[in-house]
Amino acid sequence: MKQTVSQKKAILRETRPTVKVPLWQRMWRERWIYLLITPGLIYFVVFQYLPLLGNIIAFQDFSPYLGFFDSPWVGLANFVHLFTDPDVGIAIRNTLIISLLQIFFAFPLPIALAIMLNNMVSDKARRFLQSVLYLPHFISWVIIISLFQQILGGDGLINNFIRGTGGKPLDIMSNPDFFKPLVVIEVMWKDSGWGTIIFLAALTAIDLSLYEAAVIDGANKWRRIWHITLPGIRSIIILLLVLRLGTILNTGFEQIFLQRNAVGADAAEVLDTFVYFRGIQAGDWGFSTAVGLVKGVVGLVLILGANKLARRFGEEGLF
Amino acid sequence: MAAAAWNEKPSFLGRWGSRVFWTILAFVMIFPFIYILSVSFSSFSDVAGKGLVLIPAHPNLDAYDYVLASGLVTRAVGVSIFITVVGTLVNLVMTVTMAYGLSRRGVPGRGFILGLVAFTILFAPGIIPKYLVVKQLGLLDNLWALILPGTISAFNLVVIRNSFMSIPEELIESAKLDGANDLRILWNFVLPLSGAVVAAIGLFYGVAHWNDFFDATLYINDPAKWPVQLVLRQFVLQGAVIQDVVVNQQPPPSITIQMAVVVLATLPILIVYPFLQKYFTKGVLTGSIKG
Repeated sequence: MKQTVSQKKAILRETRPTVKVPLWQRMWRERWIYLLITPGLIYFVVFQYLPLLGNIIAFQDFSPYLGFFDSPWVGLANFVHLFTDPDVGIAIRNTLIISLLQIFFAFPLPIALAIMLNNMVSDKARRFLQSVLYLPHFISWVIIISLFQQILGGDGLINNFIRGTGGKPLDIMSNPDFFKPLVVIEVMWKDSGWGTIIFLAALTAIDLSLYEAAVIDGANKWRRIWHITLPGIRSIIILLLVLRLGTILNTGFEQIFLQRNAVGADAAEVLDTFVYFRGIQAGDWGFSTAVGLVKGVVGLVLILGANKLARRFGEEGLF
Repeated sequence: MAAAAWNEKPSFLGRWGSRVFWTILAFVMIFPFIYILSVSFSSFSDVAGKGLVLIPAHPNLDAYDYVLASGLVTRAVGVSIFITVVGTLVNLVMTVTMAYGLSRRGVPGRGFILGLVAFTILFAPGIIPKYLVVKQLGLLDNLWALILPGTISAFNLVVIRNSFMSIPEELIESAKLDGANDLRILWNFVLPLSGAVVAAIGLFYGVAHWNDFFDATLYINDPAKWPVQLVLRQFVLQGAVIQDVVVNQQPPPSITIQMAVVVLATLPILIVYPFLQKYFTKGVLTGSIKG
């Protein structure tokens, strides 16, 4: 017999128990749900929480031959070493400089682009530009850097052109002094367009009658952007900025790693690449794990602090 | 968005200023792709001496013939296709089933498991311990090392779960009364209703597999098992020479070979890009809504 949804709801309400069902019974009733959750849960235990536990080797002089259980314990020696190893200092410095340059130059660009795209009169042109701007986000870093090398590198388009006219070639891709700006420019080229999406969505939520009222009050285009557009997307700007500050220790591994050899470790080593080279390449397992662990803990504190800061600003926060 | 009545007509200068700006920007974004494409079609006389090859005078497919005849590149493309197809399938099945389980109300322990998942977004276990676990499992130099360690992205799981949660509870309960089990409900009701979000997440997973470089650097040492991104690094960025080719003729200029590999590695992304564009806004924006 067919039943309508409301009839079924009525039946459900009647059959719903009034006495508290024991826990094991409720769990047994959901056994198929647990079965669906279990494979995923196993993944999280094996590939997320087991490695989390594996961080104990930060307190060991770990050797793969001796393993987790037989490697000698060294207490906090690896963490003390962290303060005396000059390479750690270099990695922290490079990480912070690159992140701050990105926040200063790469963060505002999508906001400006989004406002300009939003002001475009022609829908067709806007859609075309969006397609073009979003694309590099989906291209791998290996390819992006290949493109940059073809244009700016020693044998690239620009230098070949300069050579052709008898000039002196510019050293852009392999100059340590230019490495940090270059990394930021690459990020701007790759992800600025993608970054506009979230601001464009926030812009469409602004009440258009506000603009109309401002025009009647005699506000020109710039004043309208300043007094209506920017305040309208203020909360999302603050939220994303605070979030970016919380991830200040992350610069991305692949982009830096791929260009590190060209300029050397002094200019290019960041925390993630440091852990990779010290740990997996040089076999200094315990120490590099300690560096990674400290980075993770500081990162966690920063992101929680950033979230609190966002709330202090009167914004919603992420969690 | 569109021109409203109150929007004053832009001045002559403003109109042309913005046209010039957008044209330059579009050029900066598109030009590198066109440039590598034309280099890859160039012949020796086109690239010899001068660097500026915008339209090759003697276009040919020599570089592509050479690349496709080399076992190394075709093998790498095969590896990348394998990890992209199989990896994305594993990603989707695991993410969707777990997300569905965690979207059902009244399951004891749900909040705890959700907390375990969410914590991994905030705190990554670190490169070294993860590497050691993969090593202990005997997955080094095994293609499954490029699939299993990233089976579920906690962030994607939360996005899909949020979309499942927005499905009316009555619909699921009435299906239950009709005797449908959870798998059937997931397949027949929940998935079709969240199609766009699941498609977006699937495309994100797929693109990430194709582009993956980091995991392959960590876990795969054997060049015979390299995915295309590692081959690109070796032969384009580090300038190694693609050697294992059977043909006994003068190889085309190495720059055209390199660019042909770059084009081949970019092509799959360009092919799925229209689909990506159709779905990603939805995926990104749903993700930004808190659950």
